Amino acid sequence: MIDGKTGEQETVLRFNNVSKNFGPLVANDAISLSLQRGEILGLLGENGAGKTTLMNILFGHYVADGGSIEVDGVALPPGQPKAALAQGIGMVHQHFTLAENLTVLDNIILGTESLWRWRSDRTGAKARILALISSYGLKVSPDAVVAQLSVGERQRVEILKALYRKVRILILDEPTAVLTPQESAELFHTLRAFVEKGLSIIFISHKLNEILGACHRVAVLRGGRKVAERDVAGVTREDLAELMVGRLLSPPKSAAKLPGSMVLQLKKVTARKAVLRLNAVDLAVCEGEIVGIAGVSGNGQGLLADLVAGTLAVKSGKVLLDGEVVTSATPRTMVDKGVARIPEDRHAEGLVSDMSVVENLIAERLHTADFSRHGFIDWKNAERFAAGIIADYEVKCAGPAARAGLLSGGNMQKLILGRVMAHAPKLVLANQPTRGLDVGAVAYVHEQLLAARRRGAGILLISEDLDELLALSDRICVMYRGSLSLAMARTAVTIQKLGLMMAGQELDHAA
Amino acid sequence: MQAFEILFTASLWAAAIRIASPLIFGTLGELICERAGVLNLGIEGIMTAGAFSGWLTVFMGGDLWLGVLVAALVGALLGLLHGTLVVPLGLSQHVIGIGITLLATSLSYYAYRLVFPAVTSPPKIEPFQVWPVPGLSGLPLVGPALFQQTPLTYFAFVMVGVVAWVLYRTPVGLAVRTVGENPSAAEAQGIDVIRIRIISVMAGSALMGIGGSFITLSAFNSFFFEMTNGRGWICIALVVFGSWRPGKALLGAILFGFFDAYQLRLQQLAGAVIPYQIFLMMPFVLSILALIVMSRRVAYPRALMVPYRRGER
Amino acid sequence: MRLELREHRPLWQNLAFPVLALAFASVVCAFLVTLSGASPMQVFGLMVKGAMGTQFAFLETLTRATPLIFTGLAAAVAFRAKLWNIGAEAQLYIGAVMTVVMGTGLLPLPSAILIPVLMISAILGGALVLSVPTFLKTRFGVDEVVTTLLLNFIVLLFVSMLLEGVLKDPMGLGWPQSRKITADGLLPKLVQGKRLHFGFAVAILAAMFVWILDRRHVLGFEMRAVGHNAKAAHFAGIAVNRVLAKTALLSGGLAGLAGWSEVTGLKGSLTLDLSPGFGYTGIVVAMLALLHPLGVVAAAIFVAAVFVGADAMSRAAGVPSYIAQVMVAVSLLSIVTAIMFTRYRMRWR
Repeated sequence: MIDGKTGEQETVLRFNNVSKNFGPLVANDAISLSLQRGEILGLLGENGAGKTTLMNILFGHYVADGGSIEVDGVALPPGQPKAALAQGIGMVHQHFTLAENLTVLDNIILGTESLWRWRSDRTGAKARILALISSYGLKVSPDAVVAQLSVGERQRVEILKALYRKVRILILDEPTAVLTPQESAELFHTLRAFVEKGLSIIFISHKLNEILGACHRVAVLRGGRKVAERDVAGVTREDLAELMVGRLLSPPKSAAKLPGSMVLQLKKVTARKAVLRLNAVDLAVCEGEIVGIAGVSGNGQGLLADLVAGTLAVKSGKVLLDGEVVTSATPRTMVDKGVARIPEDRHAEGLVSDMSVVENLIAERLHTADFSRHGFIDWKNAERFAAGIIADYEVKCAGPAARAGLLSGGNMQKLILGRVMAHAPKLVLANQPTRGLDVGAVAYVHEQLLAARRRGAGILLISEDLDELLALSDRICVMYRGSLSLAMARTAVTIQKLGLMMAGQELDHAA
Repeated sequence: MQAFEILFTASLWAAAIRIASPLIFGTLGELICERAGVLNLGIEGIMTAGAFSGWLTVFMGGDLWLGVLVAALVGALLGLLHGTLVVPLGLSQHVIGIGITLLATSLSYYAYRLVFPAVTSPPKIEPFQVWPVPGLSGLPLVGPALFQQTPLTYFAFVMVGVVAWVLYRTPVGLAVRTVGENPSAAEAQGIDVIRIRIISVMAGSALMGIGGSFITLSAFNSFFFEMTNGRGWICIALVVFGSWRPGKALLGAILFGFFDAYQLRLQQLAGAVIPYQIFLMMPFVLSILALIVMSRRVAYPRALMVPYRRGER
Repeated sequence: MRLELREHRPLWQNLAFPVLALAFASVVCAFLVTLSGASPMQVFGLMVKGAMGTQFAFLETLTRATPLIFTGLAAAVAFRAKLWNIGAEAQLYIGAVMTVVMGTGLLPLPSAILIPVLMISAILGGALVLSVPTFLKTRFGVDEVVTTLLLNFIVLLFVSMLLEGVLKDPMGLGWPQSRKITADGLLPKLVQGKRLHFGFAVAILAAMFVWILDRRHVLGFEMRAVGHNAKAAHFAGIAVNRVLAKTALLSGGLAGLAGWSEVTGLKGSLTLDLSPGFGYTGIVVAMLALLHPLGVVAAAIFVAAVFVGADAMSRAAGVPSYIAQVMVAVSLLSIVTAIMFTRYRMRWR
């Protein structure tokens, strides 16, 4: 909680009964909101609560079906991306919108000059950027190429982009998703400096602690409607959780169980892909346990996942499955050895969205006797299998022949779960399995992982969501710059400790 | 004369620059399109259409520069068609590009046959004449190579500087580069991705049209079928070879012109022993080799061939 | 303006949009025809009559469609896997070269053996040609569009060299032309005394083969998966590079068969004008057919009809026969656009 708002009450941005439907889906239902000068307004809601739609309407990417938006009491013309920018509204997206092969300077001045000038004033621009950098303490070099920056630095570039355009209203969409807890604290510090200088900020998040720690007021969205608007002073974490979800949530409890023999073992494994590398990683996953991997994205968890999924070759060291050394790791050998692989990116890796549900369900096991004979596909069997999965995993789709790309995120994940869990796997690789899913789907995925654990499968859970890791894991490791810490019992760690380790501290004497 | 001595003849280098000229235009044109994220396989047809329309303008009594202008306009028009189909509609850049090449080529041939239903020898025009640069054209070797060319060749060299300046020193150039790297980033900064891409494709295609007109207005003096002869495809290879940079692309085009001029002379020298087809193959083989050599190092525009649809990530 | 994916695609749209596209192409060409001073109705009438009006005309259309079915299948197979094979022209010529090398007296075999041997030679030749760019793509990441295009020029020069060198017919009166295929290697005619030959039947069989492969076989599945999303295909355990290599063999082989069928069914020997761009036109055929193997047969007959009809019309009405190529090009562009509108709906904000 922050006290002492600056200045008197002055409304800079107001949403009046904004509504938006997509077909039968009500994304925004008569939402009214106002933002005062010099305050940080938290916008709290689960995925799919309507936060993103509301912001897209503000920035003219969508046109509202009803309602209006006012900036300083003047109506904003709908459907014009430039209008919001011209009014001094800037947004830092969760997924950065930076051109990687261009410099920081290029990224910042893009679109700030009239297009048809015969030369751009790069020296003047650089001086102004350096001034901003020093006055707000946003350390980054203007001449660096974005591709070489860390995630934190990129976020600073995004903020600089907004400041350079002299924004008065800054909107941050899930800004801490890619930061360590410590980096997040630093960001909050910067935001406080902003509001002291008269900026107003909308802070979008689904993390309760951040809302409570960073904001003055909070508006809660649920199912496209605003269900509450409160001063942060006087609300509790529990209040907000109930408002956001609509019911009290109890995290899934994993019953204690004695783990069995080792299903996955990594011995001094090194690997590399482009600039990323794994350094002598040791890891063991036993039957009936969930081992969680924490870490800020880009520290090598992706490589670890690729290794277990069979899409990346080991450079040195050994990977053992069920005590057997895996020599030529390909996706197919991993599938054949009973590894259930849930990829990080459902769209890019998990599914072929232009192919049907049934085709996606059999893709991994085309070569087995279940689905083909002498190279010819047994479509009858495939469709029977697909119908079974659709029923068992409650996949909402038009049928086995429906295009996979038309499914919602949650149903895509159910489809993938069905595909990999149906064959009684020994090891489950779950890489960010709940990213971007709504509450219901998240609970479903968690339940499935726990069920697999009860059946005796070993589970390797890679996640950037610390709450998820703490709720599910039996043991937790932290990945930092390609090195993996020793595994710690769930009971022996705290969020604070994990946060420090994710930032590279205390790694050596973690036990 | 021996193979080695040919290297020091002024005529070799003059020919190298002459051969390079249409390639410089074409390569710059393709480079602009690709920098904005659009592959333009229409280049072969657009060059043919430029060659024909420019030549026809002059044949009908127009000024030579009017011919160049008409070729540029025809190119821009075909670029508008390509741009409209692949940018806002997001159609396959491969298929539409091939389609544009087929369309532009067949339209040129159809129009040629309409105007000249039955001619045995192709009609001729008075092409651009060599325009020696006072003071510099007398230099040994460099003089004939660089300063005894037609105005259109000088124009090609000027365009390299212009394109480089626009891409790296102007706001619109930054917009073009960003649109080809990360269109969502451009959109978020208020840049109209669709508009910038279409403008880039039109500008690039206009340069391709001018490149085509060089063939009929400067290199030769008449139009005949299949005279583009794969130059467009070579330009696409040269863009890769030049790592999408105007200066390097110029170098690539000159290198290419050099090899082509050199093989012509070697062919006269060794024509009796080695079949002439081997020499004619060299430009195409070299292009493929260049692609292999460069394949590992290039930083290509990240959004090349990726259609942009607003609101989709 | 934005495009939205249609969740439902009504059948009438799937049929009506392509028809509208062809109608649009006809209107464009009608306009071009009026420029020549002829009447479009009369010209189209002459074209239809020239392509379908008599038994002779229709058989001629089918004869012309034969190589287009092969090259159309070659393009369709490759494009399914997003292997952009623009080099069917080169593969066709190498297929023809292989046929001529093996079929002009080198192997004294009876028809029943020689014909399959020539077929296989042509398939291998075409497959080999496409394997080079495919290898460069999978090994070095070199874009196959440019390499296959450039190979067309290289191969044509190579064939020209052969025809003026080792393959030259000593009886050819100095023309760059190969020796004649021996009688046992020639294909029988399908209709006595007409030009339509057995190659057409092989083309139909090839289309059915590809269709079955696409629908029922694991390789067809893998090719589609690789084409739609190579990364996901790789993740699912499909060996992407191996599938691309197999696709190249299949696609190149089909294009090679086009050369075999033209040489042994129609021309009897190899000349430099064996193909008036069948390789390039095959791309149009494949796109008109929406890459469907059986659709390729229909599309090839349609395109062949346009060409044959335009030739006949040109002789009678004096409109340049290049109108046929314009018509095919406009059809390609408008069909591809029309197909997109069956998948997407246009929204103005």
